[in-house]
Amino acid sequence: MGRTLFDKIWDRHLIKSLDRSADVLYIDKHFIHEVTSPQAFSQLNDNGLKVFRPESTIATVDHNIPTLNQHLPIKEALSRKQVNTLIENCNEHNINLYGIGHPNQGIVHVIGPELGITQPGMTIVCGDSHTSTHGAFGNIAFGIGTSQVAQVLATQALIISRPKTMRIAINGVLKKGVSAKDLILYVIARLGTGGCTGHFVEYAGSAVESMSMEERMTVCNMSIEMGARGGIVAADQKTFEYLKGREFVPKGDDWKKKCHEWSMLKSDQNANFDKELLLDAGEISPMITYGTSPDTGIAIDQVIPEKTERNEKSLTYMGFEGGEPMVNKNIDYVFIGSCTNSRIEDLRAAARIIKGRKKSNSVEVWIVPGSQKVLKQAHQEGLIEVFAQAGIRMREPGCSACLAMNEDKIPKGSLCISTSNRNFEGRQGEGARTILASPLSAAAAAITGKVSDPRQFIN
Amino acid sequence: MEAINRIDSTIVPVLNDNIDTDQIIPARFLKQTSRDGFGENLFRDWRFDDLGNQRDDFSLNQDRYKGRVLLAGDNFGCGSSREHAAWALYDYGFRAVISTSFADIFKNNALNNGLLPIEISEELHQKLKQSVLADPNTTVEINLEEQVVTCIEITEKFEINSFKKSCLIKGQDEFGFLVELRNEIESFEDER
Ligand code: SF4
Repeated sequence: MGRTLFDKIWDRHLIKSLDRSADVLYIDKHFIHEVTSPQAFSQLNDNGLKVFRPESTIATVDHNIPTLNQHLPIKEALSRKQVNTLIENCNEHNINLYGIGHPNQGIVHVIGPELGITQPGMTIVCGDSHTSTHGAFGNIAFGIGTSQVAQVLATQALIISRPKTMRIAINGVLKKGVSAKDLILYVIARLGTGGCTGHFVEYAGSAVESMSMEERMTVCNMSIEMGARGGIVAADQKTFEYLKGREFVPKGDDWKKKCHEWSMLKSDQNANFDKELLLDAGEISPMITYGTSPDTGIAIDQVIPEKTERNEKSLTYMGFEGGEPMVNKNIDYVFIGSCTNSRIEDLRAAARIIKGRKKSNSVEVWIVPGSQKVLKQAHQEGLIEVFAQAGIRMREPGCSACLAMNEDKIPKGSLCISTSNRNFEGRQGEGARTILASPLSAAAAAITGKVSDPRQFIN
Repeated sequence: MEAINRIDSTIVPVLNDNIDTDQIIPARFLKQTSRDGFGENLFRDWRFDDLGNQRDDFSLNQDRYKGRVLLAGDNFGCGSSREHAAWALYDYGFRAVISTSFADIFKNNALNNGLLPIEISEELHQKLKQSVLADPNTTVEINLEEQVVTCIEITEKFEINSFKKSCLIKGQDEFGFLVELRNEIESFEDER
């Protein structure tokens, strides 16, 4: 029987099995940030332990930090304390930290790949559910809780049950104006928020192969929104081209050797998956959510489904009626950012629609790059200027209104179209209402002030 | 961690499906650097209105519902990996959550903190839900050793990760266990 890509990587990292339900798994890379790490460091300190492999943990600040005037001290006392606690912990334990203002700082799932820390064949964890993003590079990456962060800090290993495997094969070609974000929203709507619980998903098929690395990241990122333990795409030439020359990848002969080794990491032809799903990319339209769960995506030109017992709470919270169209709903806020869609290609997509047009007066638009490097590149490519001419100021890198832990909160009752990954009640601020969409759809709304089909702006 | 074996309690129902960790503990309350005190803000925006007044229509605020067991809808704990959700439930006084399914990260976080995620069949869930709504004195008994849950005169077996189970019964946490393995981990590194 053939083996899956997932199985191959897992087995290479298996230190031992304790019983059928628990493996001790070696972890290659561990990312940490200010919100889910303090209690883990306390646990080490309480036990008089040092970090076992400090060189394998990389820290940044993202969840809690302001996205304007980052050169000034953080105003909010508790946020400041969390950031300072991370600085102290990293100093004490010799961990490399990309703090505010550092050229490598950014959202943890944006900087890992961008610096080449994220590589094929690895096991990668972070105290954050969207760690699945890194799986786009052909590795096993998944989110963990704080108790597990402590385990990895103390031992570079985890006690964990082996998930089942699932393959989602997407063939065909995406239609004009349809992006990777639309694709994953479509898959989530098909499978539901618990559709992949207990499974690790491999994305395959010609539509995935033809995606850029950034698009694959967007897809893997939202695996968790259908309950998957993680998402993975086999590494290929595109992966190697993306990684080549980045700060932390091997150089010279070592690089060639690595690429050769990585190119072998694929699911066998006759590999057996516990679940399989086959989809046609050509069926997908620009997607938009109407409810308070990421699986409430519909094609942008469809009407909201009729009210049922299941979606009633969601519709009431959103203030929407079953049977009405999403298009032309007035929008108050546009948020382009988050680890799902804050990379340079996302900003280029937004700029493609915004260029030469003006932001609608009725909306507030926040564009938040995923990292300092993205910000710098956007500057070099003139995107900041494109946005500025439309009346939009680009902010500084961080998670921002994706989870609204900093000042970037969508006010109560306001309707926000967002390129992030969660539309839960209050996710973007107490009482805020969120519509999930692609950067193209968000940019279209920035221009019109309404939910708008982005295809009308693209020729 | 406290050892657990049996839980015998009345039940508090919060029956929505897909309750995400942002509802269990909203992000704005994650700024603490210790593990304590999160219970105060458990289900914050469902428990309190904008002015901080209790919402009478929410079960946690209703005198008739008390207990150490939460009965929730399907796919409980989806969304963010924040362990603060498990801490908040535990700190508030819950020792078990009963549902038809749990999101993986939440389930793991709960088990690592002595909070039992108990998965029961849809059929039993339906019956238990009706019973609790009709009679708040309905009780449930969870026997971890035997892996059975008994309520409304029905006994059902539940699944639990066997390693976690033995940790919970002994009150031992995985952390200490793993730290003991450091030598083995080191040899694994050398052999790679
Ligand atoms: S951008 Fe949002 S989803 Fe991504 S890591 Fe930050 S808070 Fe989490």
